[in-house]
Amino acid sequence: MFELSQDHEDFRKAVRDFAASEIEPHVAQWDKEKHFPTELVGRMGELGLFGLVVPEEYGGSAEVADGTVQSDFTALCVAIEELGYVDQSIGITLSAGVGLGINPILSFGDEEQKQTYLPDLVAGRALAGFGLTEPEAGSDAGGTRTKAVRDGDDWVINGAKSFITNSGTDITSVVTVTAKTSEGEDGRPQISAIMVPSGTDGFTVEPPYDKLGWHISDTHGLTFEDCRVPVGNLLGEEGSGFRQFLKTLDDGRIAISALALGLTRRMLDLATDYASTREAFGRPIGANQGVAFQVSDLAVMAETSRVLTYKAAWLKDEHDRGRRSMKDVKHAAAIAKLYTSEAAVSATRIATQIFGGNGFMEEYPVARFYRDAKILEIGEGTSEVQRMVIARHLGLPS
Amino acid sequence: MNIVVCVKYVPDAQSERAFTEDNTTDREGVDGLLSELDEYAIEEALKIAEAGEGEVTVLTVGPDDAAEAVKKALQMGADKGVHILDEAIAGSDAPATSLVLAEAIKKIGSPDLVLTGMASTDGTMSVVPAMLAERLGLPQVTFASELTVEGEGVKIRRDGDSSTETIESSLPALVSVTDQINEPRYPSFKGIMAAKKKPVETWGLSDLGVDAGQVGQANAWTAVLETTKRPPREQGEVVADEGDGGTKLAEFLAAQKFV
Ligand SMILES: Cc1cc2nc3c(=O)[nH]c(=O)nc-3n(C[C@H](O)[C@H](O)[C@H](O)COP(=O)(O)OP(=O)(O)OC[C@H]3O[C@@H](n4cnc5c(N)ncnc54)[C@H](O)[C@@H]3O)c2cc1C
Repeated sequence: MFELSQDHEDFRKAVRDFAASEIEPHVAQWDKEKHFPTELVGRMGELGLFGLVVPEEYGGSAEVADGTVQSDFTALCVAIEELGYVDQSIGITLSAGVGLGINPILSFGDEEQKQTYLPDLVAGRALAGFGLTEPEAGSDAGGTRTKAVRDGDDWVINGAKSFITNSGTDITSVVTVTAKTSEGEDGRPQISAIMVPSGTDGFTVEPPYDKLGWHISDTHGLTFEDCRVPVGNLLGEEGSGFRQFLKTLDDGRIAISALALGLTRRMLDLATDYASTREAFGRPIGANQGVAFQVSDLAVMAETSRVLTYKAAWLKDEHDRGRRSMKDVKHAAAIAKLYTSEAAVSATRIATQIFGGNGFMEEYPVARFYRDAKILEIGEGTSEVQRMVIARHLGLPS
Repeated sequence: MNIVVCVKYVPDAQSERAFTEDNTTDREGVDGLLSELDEYAIEEALKIAEAGEGEVTVLTVGPDDAAEAVKKALQMGADKGVHILDEAIAGSDAPATSLVLAEAIKKIGSPDLVLTGMASTDGTMSVVPAMLAERLGLPQVTFASELTVEGEGVKIRRDGDSSTETIESSLPALVSVTDQINEPRYPSFKGIMAAKKKPVETWGLSDLGVDAGQVGQANAWTAVLETTKRPPREQGEVVADEGDGGTKLAEFLAAQKFV
């Protein structure tokens, strides 16, 4: 119950080796140059990382033709954790690539849409994004202003999206965007998800943002001006966009917890090492309780993050096997995301403090993680939004 | 093409390696793993098998934990495994190890190709492949940094200090490969699950018809009398550049026989 299977642990070892050899040696440089390593995405694809929740018929390893389940969402969390331990930007590239890029198409697409996009996405030859957030609609994602109007056999899209991960890489093939398509009988807007292939006329990928962290990750604003896509690009049914993205976000929150867990574990390891070797006043700084207790706190944060993340991931897998309700998953996901992301921010603060002046220097990886941590409390629902979800589950008045 | 890849389970080179009281490598105190240099041989075998038809068998001689090396090779994609496990083998030298490997390969069948790494990351003697080829009566083609199967034979490239050789051999043959030959794959989740269903045989010396008196530490041709820990690295020497930095550097390198 409190350990993952031997298969998951063997897989962890493979991802750990991969990250140590293929990512760690380059990551400081990539971060400094804000370089997105397209080639690495291909190698991650070869290792099967993008196919962990995708059935074999689209190139994944989640389910084979005879119906036996192989890899699962827990395996994806293991991969994100281990990549995140080495670098957060690479971890989010996988997390968003699967959770926001592949998932909506896999869950809501028809057979033709799946056959068109999934094989390349799973192989790491392509990436997809999911555009929900807008300049005027973030936490309140239902407030989408982007509009899509039916014109003959096309949807004509107008509007803008903000902060869309993986939307502008050399290999981005498609971005799924939410847009108002009509008004329901109750007068509320009907939100639908529509796939917009990269390079479509009227679809502009704005220059990359200047970000505090996640320098290696690809993030752009998107604008749509009379952008036309065929009606067949609608994902699922018209008006189901709101429900679709809520489902997408639940998985995403657990994935972010795994990313945060990787970070906190790294802070624990780096701080333990430094506190044991760095000397001041004639002895290792870790010999002072003031420092040692902080390292102990890091261990508690890492362990708590681990338990919350994998409990939520297990519930999600159990849900997929028809044994748990989505309500349970939602609640566990919100708790895990809230705790692990806030712990990650605290962990980087503690670790940089233990590193003293060196902690402020980019020469030491703690500085990069310090910059990277903050977004964990914001993306895929802010900490406040998680608290709202939890309060709702508890039945508090709203 | 049937390929046997010989692999070794070694102490992790990244950890604090040590010797036991009888001056053999301590295989208990540190974590072990499949010798990284053997991963290149596995990868090469998989590439050959994937390009045509064939079966890849991994073979290891080692203690209980050495099953981990076989497991990793199967996770990478090898088809089956053979683990030679016998307490009498502990402490064997290279001639004895090559004897056990040779008898195991005969029992597996007559492969078209035997592949090995260029050395193990613990012993680093690089002699087992040659001894093994001799015992099997196979052509030995060592230190291949490129390998192609052509018709009934193989062609390899061997990079020397001053020249590059291209060597051809008929099959069957034994080839040892270097770490320049390819980039070994990492096991995927699919590979990890598939490995669980692959057959692994465990044989003892009696299965191979090898007498315990031919192997083990007591029968080794050589013995390690003493081991001493390498002294900690000394402080580096700073060469101050007073206009003659280049000359001083060259002198230093020449004195240390680096150039
Ligand atoms: C690097 C990066 C990558 C991203 N990638 C993607 C992506 O791929 N796709 C995508 O669609 N989005 C993406 N986002 C957007 C992200 O999900 C949003 O930024 C986030 O949901 C918050 O929305 P907002 O920025 O509009 O903040 P706002 O909603 O304006 O919130 C501002 C503040 O007010 C608080 N707040 C708002 N409402 C309440 C309330 N009712 N009660 C209490 N507090 C409240 C919030 O918690 C927050 O602290 C990304 C963002 C970043 C920074």
